[in-house]
Amino acid sequence: MAKQLAFYFDQTKCTGCKACVIACKDKHDLPVGVRWRRVAEYSGGLWLVDERTGTMTQDVFSYYTSYSCNHCDDPICVEACPSTAMRKGENGIVKVEPEICIGCKYCAMACPYSAPQFNEAKGVMTKCDFCSDRLAAGQTPACVAACPSRALDFGEVAELRAKYGAMASIEPLPAASVTKPNLVISPHHRAQVSGTGTGRIGNPKEI
Amino acid sequence: MSDQRTVLERVGEVPLSRRRFVQWSAAAGGAAGLMGLGGVGLQQASAADPAPSAEKIVWSACTVNCGSRCPLRLVVKDGQIVRVDPDDTGDDAVGTQQIRACVRGRSIRQRIYSAERLKKPLKRTGKRGEGKWAEIGWDEAYTIIADKLKDTIAKYGNESVFIQYGTGVIGATVARSWPPGGSAIARLMNCLGGFLDQYNDYSCGQIEAAVDFHYGAWQGSNSNDDLVNSRLVVMFGNNPHETRMSGGGEVFVTQTVKRTAGHKVIVIDPRLSDTAMNLADEWVPIRPGTDAALVAGMAHVMIKENLVDQAFLDTYCSGFDEAHLPAGAPPNSSYKSYVLGLGPDGVEKTPQWAAKITGIPAATITRLAREIATTKPCSVNQGWSIQRHSNGENQARAPMLLANMIGQVGISGGGNGERESSAALPMVSFPVLKNPVQPVLPFYAWTDAIVAGKGMDYRKGIRNAANLNSNANVKHDVVLGADIKFIWNYGSNATVNQHGDINKTLEILSDESKCEMIVVIDNQMTVSARWADLVLPDATTAEQVDVIAQGSAGNLGYTILADKAIEPLFDSVPVYEQLTNIAERLGVKEQFTEGRTQEEWVRWLLDESRKAIPDLPTFDQLRTQGIFKKKLDSYISMKKFRDDPVTNKLGTPSGKIEIWSSNLYLMSQDWPMDVEGNAIDPLPIYRQTREMPGDPLQAKYPLQCIGHHYKQRTHSSYGNSPWLKEAHPQHVWINTLDAQARGIAQGDAIMVFNDRGKLVLPAYVTPRIMPGVVSVPQGAWYKPDTPGGVDRAGAVNVLTSQKLTSYAKGNGQHSNLVQVQKA
Repeated sequence: MAKQLAFYFDQTKCTGCKACVIACKDKHDLPVGVRWRRVAEYSGGLWLVDERTGTMTQDVFSYYTSYSCNHCDDPICVEACPSTAMRKGENGIVKVEPEICIGCKYCAMACPYSAPQFNEAKGVMTKCDFCSDRLAAGQTPACVAACPSRALDFGEVAELRAKYGAMASIEPLPAASVTKPNLVISPHHRAQVSGTGTGRIGNPKEI
Repeated sequence: MSDQRTVLERVGEVPLSRRRFVQWSAAAGGAAGLMGLGGVGLQQASAADPAPSAEKIVWSACTVNCGSRCPLRLVVKDGQIVRVDPDDTGDDAVGTQQIRACVRGRSIRQRIYSAERLKKPLKRTGKRGEGKWAEIGWDEAYTIIADKLKDTIAKYGNESVFIQYGTGVIGATVARSWPPGGSAIARLMNCLGGFLDQYNDYSCGQIEAAVDFHYGAWQGSNSNDDLVNSRLVVMFGNNPHETRMSGGGEVFVTQTVKRTAGHKVIVIDPRLSDTAMNLADEWVPIRPGTDAALVAGMAHVMIKENLVDQAFLDTYCSGFDEAHLPAGAPPNSSYKSYVLGLGPDGVEKTPQWAAKITGIPAATITRLAREIATTKPCSVNQGWSIQRHSNGENQARAPMLLANMIGQVGISGGGNGERESSAALPMVSFPVLKNPVQPVLPFYAWTDAIVAGKGMDYRKGIRNAANLNSNANVKHDVVLGADIKFIWNYGSNATVNQHGDINKTLEILSDESKCEMIVVIDNQMTVSARWADLVLPDATTAEQVDVIAQGSAGNLGYTILADKAIEPLFDSVPVYEQLTNIAERLGVKEQFTEGRTQEEWVRWLLDESRKAIPDLPTFDQLRTQGIFKKKLDSYISMKKFRDDPVTNKLGTPSGKIEIWSSNLYLMSQDWPMDVEGNAIDPLPIYRQTREMPGDPLQAKYPLQCIGHHYKQRTHSSYGNSPWLKEAHPQHVWINTLDAQARGIAQGDAIMVFNDRGKLVLPAYVTPRIMPGVVSVPQGAWYKPDTPGGVDRAGAVNVLTSQKLTSYAKGNGQHSNLVQVQKA
């Protein structure tokens, strides 16, 4: 058993295809509107049009961030949950107990990563459980196994940080100090640090 | 594995779960056709199962037309597919990679269990396209088709029966839909005296016609694994990250070799595509359709600064300079003369000249020219977007010319300026017998051939089936003898959705006296199916056995045995079985089947393929292992020609690379041009044809509108998946400056329109597309609010034109001028 599992995300490899998102939906039979994993597009930069020569220059950048639940060290969702349905348990995985959840959505409002996702049909909150059943069977989480670019991995957080560093504060994600996420990111070469961004989220309705 | 067979057989005997699914689907149909609870909505049925059985994994594949090809491991429980797992063989190295399916293949359950799955044969009862149908039995459907075929052939001849371009099942072998002339439908028609075939296709119509004149025949550039030997990679509109998206295909290969080699990648594209965003070190935004001007501007720098590979040009090419023009060429008709302003137009193609056309600053053009000419090996390659323009033939040849000027053809790390090729196992195709019909139609002219096909000759693009190479069709006496009266559409959405100018197409199809019969065989109620006379429900790949040839994957060769995972849903029947039954009614069943079932054909195909691939497993072995992989040699384009150009001449008249094409010169003197602005150019010059920047029409329609390939779907395949629509919603790409000028904010409903049509979509306001250009991702399923009215789904083809390009007679579908306003 791990002390604390974490996702590793190599932003330099992510093409924003969302195979991870669909693999997650397929694995967990998630309906439209319930997104345990999300991919944000963050873009910015300016265009300068030179009317005289008919030419243009630009410093445009864009990059994607794939993220699910970060099974935080300070899980704000657990703190916000009035019913004690949201719990941090085995392998450091944050899970919601559907029998206990009263569907108040406080956790969703509290989480800056939108990790808890309300399932209208079930009337309860749902979220990434790190594919616990696949882990138990010796398999990797569905999103990790799916990534065409091999941008996702997972493991013991201390080992991932030793290998890849401790960066998790990349726009448009919040600074890691907020919830202490168990997420390790290798940043895209144009990535901006949380709180210093000059771009904006390109796909706000998709996350 | 024997367990798996047992369960599959048992499922076949007890179609209980299938019946439950049918019931569920009927209920879901009432809920506005949405998939409802739990994604694909199978949980309710499964939850009610009192005795769940074990899960089994069946190998299948995604067979749509992206250029990649992915295995899918379907997890089957109680006769239903409950999950998709990716390939679990191979590793993360190029040549032995695991082939991880992309976002689309991963959603295949939503295609198989779609609310729009066709359930029974449908016969049109109202006017064509009106949406009134009667369910009929298979026997009646087969009889209608057999009778109508006999009648049509007797009355108008075999040349009046056309098999529509269709790539929805391109990856299959027995059930293959493309090329149309290689499909099982062609085999049936060839038992009946043949059919009207077509040449070239919507993907690459202009480059296919043009490359024959430049290189003698289609060559393909080096396979992408060979980029590991490149120091510089220059991609003209090539976008593997959004097209060939397989995690075993070109997205994986290009990413991995770049990491290994550390080379620089330059992407030239109007959009900061996902390839430009992820793979490129430099993005060079360019106005659509002006790549040939960029090449001319760079050529100016290379010529002036003596940076061209003169030895290569002198040895291997014809027509770069005056000293190497063939006899009979007019003076000052070389490319060098064109660039230096000594040609007929008298204009020097300076970087400043190119800057004004392309939108790229002159200083950038100069810098790129120097970098490209001096950083070798350099791979110049192109995506097929750049040639899908009204001047597409010249556009296609321009990167080839660039590769010629820097002498990078036929060497490792270089490339010939075409799109990447790939190594492949030589799998045997399904045999289709011989088509005796001589005239062959250009793929994009089928609407013209419905209206006035009879009498079309070579100057209208008709080719002689005896030899389809462009060089063999400069002039001939084969004439099309009939209008199109019968259309077979199998796995195709080209009858309406994917062809240019939807509103014009619908007008042509509405006249039921012209094309008298449209038969659609598909598994979804597609836009084209809505306009059929008869719709036949096909089984999906998951519901039949077939051998699946590989996709483009660098130097990895592979083949997949797609097994039958579940019984065909509803009353659907695999296409081969459908055609067998029609053949029986036409008295040609024995000739059509040669006594083989589909599985027996698959066994035969594997046995035949093994003659060239001795280690290819047998049917039974492959059925067990699912996939066979073999690391192959890199493909180095035109290496033999480079090594010995005297012995290994090209198929051009001179045997050399024809920068100045003598055959195009002959055609320019003979072929009349129907479209204003079109011309046949012996050189790959920049020509401002229909709806290019600078067109006076910009006073009314100032923006260029392209239709890029979108992650949500492959062309139109998967276009109705709720998961994919949520993940990658349809919207219009518009630059922040163009949006601001029109008061448009992110997410606003906007109308994109021109004289051909109108569509309304949400605005995706972004700096990722250059000012003056909008993009409506191609392939959305046309859904007008009223017949001929505003399209609310955002099918770009309400804006595109059917006007043919100059000599490919193809599809300039990215050449559209439009205006945009808030809806």
